[in-house]
Amino acid sequence: MSITVVYTIVTLAVIGAAAAVILYFVAQKFKVVEDPRIDEVDEALPGANCGGCGYAGCRAFAEACVKASELGSLNCPVGGNDTMGEVASLLGLEAVKKDPRVAYIRCNGTCDHRPKTSSFDGVTTCSIVSSVYSGESDCQFGCLGYGDCYDACEFDAIDLREGMGVPLILDDKCVACGACVDACPKSLIEMRKKMPKNRKIVVSCRNQDKGGVARKACKVACIGCGKCEKECKFDAITIKNNLAFIDSDKCKLCRKCVPVCPTNAITELNFPPRKVKPVVIKECEPAK
Amino acid sequence: MLKTFKLGGVHPPENKLSKDKTIEVLPLPKTVFIPVAQHIGAPSTPLVKRGDEVKVGQIIAKSSSFVSTNIHSSVSGKVKKVDFSADSSGYPKQGIFIDVKGDEWVEGIDRSKDLDKDISIEGSDIIRKIQDAGIVGLGGATFPTHVKLVPPKGMKADVLLINGVECEPYLTSDHRLMLEKPDEILVGIQLLMKAMNVDKAVIGIENNKPDAIILLNKKCKSYNGISVQSLKVQYPQGGEKQLINAVTGKEVPSGGLPIAVGAVVSNVGTAFAVYEAIQKNKPLIERVVTITGKGVEKPSNFMVRVGTATSELVEAAGGLPENTGKIISGGPMMGRAIRTMDVPVTKGTSGILLMKEEEANRKEVKACIRCSRCTTVCPMGLEPFLLMTLGEKQIFDRAEGEKIMDCIECGSCSYTCPSNRPLLDYIRFGKGKVGAIMRSRKK
Repeated sequence: MSITVVYTIVTLAVIGAAAAVILYFVAQKFKVVEDPRIDEVDEALPGANCGGCGYAGCRAFAEACVKASELGSLNCPVGGNDTMGEVASLLGLEAVKKDPRVAYIRCNGTCDHRPKTSSFDGVTTCSIVSSVYSGESDCQFGCLGYGDCYDACEFDAIDLREGMGVPLILDDKCVACGACVDACPKSLIEMRKKMPKNRKIVVSCRNQDKGGVARKACKVACIGCGKCEKECKFDAITIKNNLAFIDSDKCKLCRKCVPVCPTNAITELNFPPRKVKPVVIKECEPAK
Repeated sequence: MLKTFKLGGVHPPENKLSKDKTIEVLPLPKTVFIPVAQHIGAPSTPLVKRGDEVKVGQIIAKSSSFVSTNIHSSVSGKVKKVDFSADSSGYPKQGIFIDVKGDEWVEGIDRSKDLDKDISIEGSDIIRKIQDAGIVGLGGATFPTHVKLVPPKGMKADVLLINGVECEPYLTSDHRLMLEKPDEILVGIQLLMKAMNVDKAVIGIENNKPDAIILLNKKCKSYNGISVQSLKVQYPQGGEKQLINAVTGKEVPSGGLPIAVGAVVSNVGTAFAVYEAIQKNKPLIERVVTITGKGVEKPSNFMVRVGTATSELVEAAGGLPENTGKIISGGPMMGRAIRTMDVPVTKGTSGILLMKEEEANRKEVKACIRCSRCTTVCPMGLEPFLLMTLGEKQIFDRAEGEKIMDCIECGSCSYTCPSNRPLLDYIRFGKGKVGAIMRSRKK
């Protein structure tokens, strides 16, 4: 009996010692040296894992930052310039300031502007509807309103506005991660430069049909007439495929393009109301 | 026991309202819109421009690659414009608008009704003529027929199967064609057999068409190598793979073509078109279209020129019933609802179905109760409930592993689901995505 106990103890001790030696060498051989700065950078990031930076998550982005020799091509849209400044100081690199961005849905085809001409009773997700047919209205480019962007947004920044036809992006919550841009099968969502006080001048339309067709489908469609292009002094507006586009990096928010648009396709947001010039009526001077 | 395919299948109410109506010729429309993409494969290139005078049978769009076909003018008149117009999906497709003037045919087309049984023509000439005449599979898939007749290297067909099944409810165009043009179809089959160099052809017909079975059985005794096989009524027997299984008992391997088991399948309508193209020199410019529905005043079968607007057909059948909920191009199982009545009849339109509002609307979707009916009825042996979930959750790698690409989109799963779940919608979506992934991988 006692002999068995001794043998057992000895055998186990020998196996344990042998395993410890093997494990020691294996651990030496396969040791992974991780840069401690990765942890530090990861700590500084928001931790939302939204993928807005283009990497699989905050950790992957932190690794990329540590490896990078300059931070120009890397940006965390959620944290913005503050976070990137902190990352830069941790890594001893120079911080590159980037303009904050915000998402905008380029369609203003709400129900009162764009009547429904057919009805769909299948699965109501934008991706499926757009693969089956062009949508309930006559505009094949417009928002379907089923909210794939709403489902994709992790930051509650989209108000679905059910029944209105087009969702609304809440500028204060939007972190420009770009999830909605990828989710929209009609490619309506654009990342625009964030202007002071969330002001915006945008062509709220993606319709590339000829003017007549576009207008018939939707009252506020861009018909590509080119009036805004002529009005703009900063070359911010270009017309391509019967559609105007305002480059937010060039736009100076002068608002001159808005009143010339014949279909009200250009939206101005968060501006104070325009001053109406008082009409001065001069009395006719008597002939001399 | 009657033959049918081994796996699954459903038997929806047949509703063949127009089966006793002889094929009438629809009066010529005032204008036609002929799309340049009426087939699977590359769209054809338009050859005419605004203001050109065209005759019936003239080539107006040329095939742009091997898997593509010629498009011929179905009317005579003046080209109004070459422009885009919305197709059944609402997305614009290129096509040719023609204002009809008179009915002047291209010289060389034999318009007589005499039967021409002479098939001394060479096999390769048959294929060339079929290609020139723009013939595609008229069962609905519109795959260019000349491509089918040239098997891939190292493969040989040993039997030609002719699809006279018409398993879709409501549709009767193939049925009427078999009753009214049996000899033409049989000569067309002989031409196809010669082109493919096979000595056996079997016409599969479901036994809800006893008149067609009896007639063709009697007629085919005077044609060598052709026989008729009556089949049990079961949807989707008209599917290529199902018909092969039903008639020969063989199973087409996953991802393979029917030629892998030595079979080639063609529709009776295609056989008729082949007869006309070769014996009468007439390209594919018209086809039989069923217009039907429970509310329709006069359900009928019409011989319609390609490019005629749906509204003309509806008018000819007694107008649009008041409570119409959906207008479907094709049958109720696989057809597509169309957005406007301007959508033209194309080479693949086998019928127009006007559904009443109460039939057309989908029912409330409930939770899956795991009854496994969808799995039981799937003719491809797939698990639709699983594929639906994978499509919904966008797990495309697993969907590919579960053979989502084998789905033939027959809709038996959605039809049979007691919880009214939109199985096919999600599966079709997943199929589209998986297909795109597979194509990008090949590049």
